[in-house]
Amino acid sequence: MMDSAAGNPSTLVICCGAIANEIVTIIRANGWDHMKVECLPAKLHNQPDALPEGVRAKIRSGRARGEEVIVLYSDCGTGGAMARVLEEEGVENIGGSHCYEVFTGSEPFKALMEDEPGSFFVTDFLARHFEKLVFNGLGLDRFPKLRDVYFGKYRRMVYLVQRENAENLARAEAAADSIGLDLEVRHTGYGGFQKFLETK
Amino acid sequence: MSIQEIYDAVLEYEEEDVAELVQAEVDAGTDIEKILNEGLISALDVVGEKFSAGTLFVPEMLMAAEAVQAGLEIVRPLLVDKGAKAIGTVVLGTVKGDLHDIGKNLVGMMFEGAGFKLIDLGTDVDPEEFISAAQENDADLILLSGLLTTSMPEMEKAVAAIRKANENRNLNVKTMVGGPPVNAEFAAKIGADGYSIDAPTAVDDARAFMAAGI
Repeated sequence: MMDSAAGNPSTLVICCGAIANEIVTIIRANGWDHMKVECLPAKLHNQPDALPEGVRAKIRSGRARGEEVIVLYSDCGTGGAMARVLEEEGVENIGGSHCYEVFTGSEPFKALMEDEPGSFFVTDFLARHFEKLVFNGLGLDRFPKLRDVYFGKYRRMVYLVQRENAENLARAEAAADSIGLDLEVRHTGYGGFQKFLETK
Repeated sequence: MSIQEIYDAVLEYEEEDVAELVQAEVDAGTDIEKILNEGLISALDVVGEKFSAGTLFVPEMLMAAEAVQAGLEIVRPLLVDKGAKAIGTVVLGTVKGDLHDIGKNLVGMMFEGAGFKLIDLGTDVDPEEFISAAQENDADLILLSGLLTTSMPEMEKAVAAIRKANENRNLNVKTMVGGPPVNAEFAAKIGADGYSIDAPTAVDDARAFMAAGI
């Protein structure tokens, strides 16, 4: 659990560990001391079946403590199950298919995909952790020959930048190079996450 | 040189060794179906079981499947010459609007490795392409894959079109769906005949369909 600030937060923000830093940054930058953040592990991206009930458990825990609840999960590969849980629990759905779309905005993201369907996306988090979570996670450290099996259909890596950082950019460049893709950089800032929290 | 060595080489992901060992067995006059069943398919079954049990992961599955493919490249034409009958014929593809093919390729390799005739239509496949390929190849099953949540409506459209073709276009196929955003509930909702959580399970489910006479 990561508290946004000292005091006695009354609003629980539930999100993925992959965007936790960004969400805490938004909350601190805006001085929303009434909000605190709890995450489900980023690695659950690979087990989306576990996400909806994990979120439901967090929602109920928060409410049992008397807290207001905000959920910052999109569908995230759950095949509509996340939306159903949010509806059943009476929590507003931020919408979108995944965090890439929320950071970018639905229409710009759609345009990106139409421009090049073979786009592989990374965020600040994924740029920082690409080697461990993606490269090694896919076994490319052990089986380099699988690179084209995984990425042969992709034509570019799109780095969605939340916060300008030279080290992250260098990591994204190295990541793109390691899987043989050209890198395109798009500054998104915090996009839909910032806007959604501003309404709370 | 033995069938056991082929089996072991698949489990060690030694693609080149598999090809060499299979060729050596072929040259020695070993029965082709024995090479296929005892050397390649049985090894891939073991890999599939370990994958489903969570003791072995996608990279290892892909490596084993690639190794089996190397062996299949050698025995496939010989099986055709021999007139060996496939277990069944499957048409496979990623649905329209989705270019992802890792899961689909894995499914394809597992099905071929298991003795099915595979018609792989690739990615971004239109419903009509699935139907035409099934008609042309007298297919038993159409396997629809998707990775994107946004591809789910396309999967629904494709299944609906195939069901309609079953009714009025002299087609007789079952549909199976799979991929990260798909689950059994969704499969039932869109009227697919089957859903499998992973590639090895899909092979087992397809075998069951074939055993039941489709």
